[in-house]
Amino acid sequence: MTNEEKYLSIFKESFDVDEATARTLKYQDIPAWDSVGHMSLIAALEDAFDIMMDTDDIIDFSSFEKGKEILAKNYDIEF
Amino acid sequence: MTFEELLQIPPYSLGHEEKHALLTERLLGLTEHHLAHCPEYRRMLDSVGYDSGSISGYEDLPFLPVRLFKELSLRSVPQEDVVKTMTSSGTTGQAVSRIYLDRTTSANQQKTMVKIVSDFLGASRLPMIILDCPSVVKDRNMFSARGAGILGFSIFGARKIYALDDDMRLDVDGLRAFLEKFQGQDVLLFGFTFMVWQHFYKELVRLKEQGVTFDLSRGILIHGGGWKKLASEAVSPQEFHDRLRDVCGLDRIHDYYGMVEQTGCIYMQCECGHLHASVFSDVIMRRSLDFGVCGVGEPGIIQVVSTIPESYPGHSLLTEDEGVLLGEDDCPCGRKGKYFKINGRLKNAEIRGCSDTYAARFA
Ligand SMILES: [Zn+2]
Repeated sequence: MTNEEKYLSIFKESFDVDEATARTLKYQDIPAWDSVGHMSLIAALEDAFDIMMDTDDIIDFSSFEKGKEILAKNYDIEF
Repeated sequence: MTFEELLQIPPYSLGHEEKHALLTERLLGLTEHHLAHCPEYRRMLDSVGYDSGSISGYEDLPFLPVRLFKELSLRSVPQEDVVKTMTSSGTTGQAVSRIYLDRTTSANQQKTMVKIVSDFLGASRLPMIILDCPSVVKDRNMFSARGAGILGFSIFGARKIYALDDDMRLDVDGLRAFLEKFQGQDVLLFGFTFMVWQHFYKELVRLKEQGVTFDLSRGILIHGGGWKKLASEAVSPQEFHDRLRDVCGLDRIHDYYGMVEQTGCIYMQCECGHLHASVFSDVIMRRSLDFGVCGVGEPGIIQVVSTIPESYPGHSLLTEDEGVLLGEDDCPCGRKGKYFKINGRLKNAEIRGCSDTYAARFA
């Protein structure tokens, strides 16, 4: 699985959404992505990519796109 | 200055003058914002003849009694923008506060909390033991103070376990496995003061009598929620600390003061045992007779101001707690700003007396 696929599938599973929805999703767009869902998402991403994110990055992680940007920039994950 | 810019200031870096100017500007702005967007707030301020021109510092701004949030639904945003409602703890049958959060206020609460707590924990996240049960965060639309606190602090946890099950029993095996896994590392423990004492400390004592011990000398405990429930057991903060250290070696312990009506702006206890106000908020101790500002060492009713609340008019509140200002900008720990201690809850009669005085003042 490519990193892109991995990332997408975590979003789809965490929030039970289809690909098109996942790709445009922003924090608090749907009830599932609330503060509880957010911490579960972060935990799932950390497991999948074997990383530990900084608190600032967890806070800045405000959308599907923004998340990719953060992972690429601060954790050397290539998409 | 926008809130984003304010957030870039290290939490304990400003001396009196700078902080005073900054808070006055932001809190005046928030007062105007709520006047424009919350009709109930406007009516209350109109009734006291509020005039922004007569405000020379944030201590001149009006404050709402905290219990007003139990009686009224106060919002400065349309209902459809509310993403989260938080409630105060309260015994069954008692009215609870309802605090309405939109995206911005909710996000700013978390950001502020992270800035404050990072000053004590550092930037790295730690294995975390939550001294509570998982069901406390189950209702995702209606957060209790306990649930909100746990969620807010969860961001500091890299790996997390709940130490209690839903029957409030300590998960001895789970705790042991967790501590073994992270042996030799700092571990964060978080819980509410009463829960820590009742369901963690007492259980550790009981286990020790059976020869079962835990080593938490690498632990950092952050706890809050107040001492009221522990007063009946006559446990002082010092004794709380000493006895936890004796039973499991836990020695880095930080109490914090905060309330659901001003989530995010917590007052952390430093290494010297003092509660500290960050640049994002402040406390003003007031005399119960005339609401004049108390001097250092003089006990008074605590007013809290916070730079965060935009979705509800809770930026300036009179609490039902009594406290004492211990000093400003000169705590031996090096943090600037006011430092203080809490004496406890006002008695009901005092609160009533106080509301009467307050009502008289606002009539
Ligand atoms: Zn200090």
